[in-house]
Amino acid sequence: MAVKMEIPTALRQFAGKQASVEFNAATVGEALKQLTGAYADLRKHLYTEDGRIRSFVNIYLNDEDIRYLQKENTPTKDGDTISIVPSIAGGAEVIREKS
Amino acid sequence: MLIVNADIAQSIRGYGAKDYPNETCGAMLGVDGEEGREVRALFPLTNRRDDSPRNRFSITADDFRAAERAAKEKGLDLVGWYHSHPDHPAKPSEYDREHAWPWYSYVIVSVASGEPRDMTSWQLADDRSAFQPEEIAWAVPPGAIK
Repeated sequence: MAVKMEIPTALRQFAGKQASVEFNAATVGEALKQLTGAYADLRKHLYTEDGRIRSFVNIYLNDEDIRYLQKENTPTKDGDTISIVPSIAGGAEVIREKS
Repeated sequence: MLIVNADIAQSIRGYGAKDYPNETCGAMLGVDGEEGREVRALFPLTNRRDDSPRNRFSITADDFRAAERAAKEKGLDLVGWYHSHPDHPAKPSEYDREHAWPWYSYVIVSVASGEPRDMTSWQLADDRSAFQPEEIAWAVPPGAIK
């Protein structure tokens, strides 16, 4: 299935400066694998060291978060768009309780 | 280099003070140019970490998209994020690093006992190993007498 993958601005430098790429893939996971296969430097920003999608990386198939579908096993069809949408998180060090 | 004018800096400090003792957060909208990355507007956001707002902030995907739309409407790019560290230095934590995205500028303002203090800017290294300090150049606000 021909799917379009939209690359967020923060990651375009690792994907040949492209805003989107196209792959043939049967599932979202397959498309992501092709993406990181073609652009290996993306992998560390999308996945943890043990191979899970990072918590602040949100993957949408068309307008639906894949967490609410079949996650990386979500099937795709011709013309689908996969979007990588950041969450932003951070904060100071852990507050120490007064003794 | 991050180019920030006094109005923008004052706004970030003000948000930090207003939301103290919780972390404030928001998007920075601007443009990348030959001189550096200029922040031209802010898009304050709600800290979605209800469970631990004193030392954590979270901007959801929906909030991210709202910030992107705001940037587009203004003819700007979404160039980075600001947040505060209540009673902590304006230095990125390990938690900041673990959750950061490359390319963006991350401004941190330290707020000590409700008073804004240091403001710094950082960018994540491409290999995610560390944050690198980003110099802040102070620009004159539009309309100000030079």
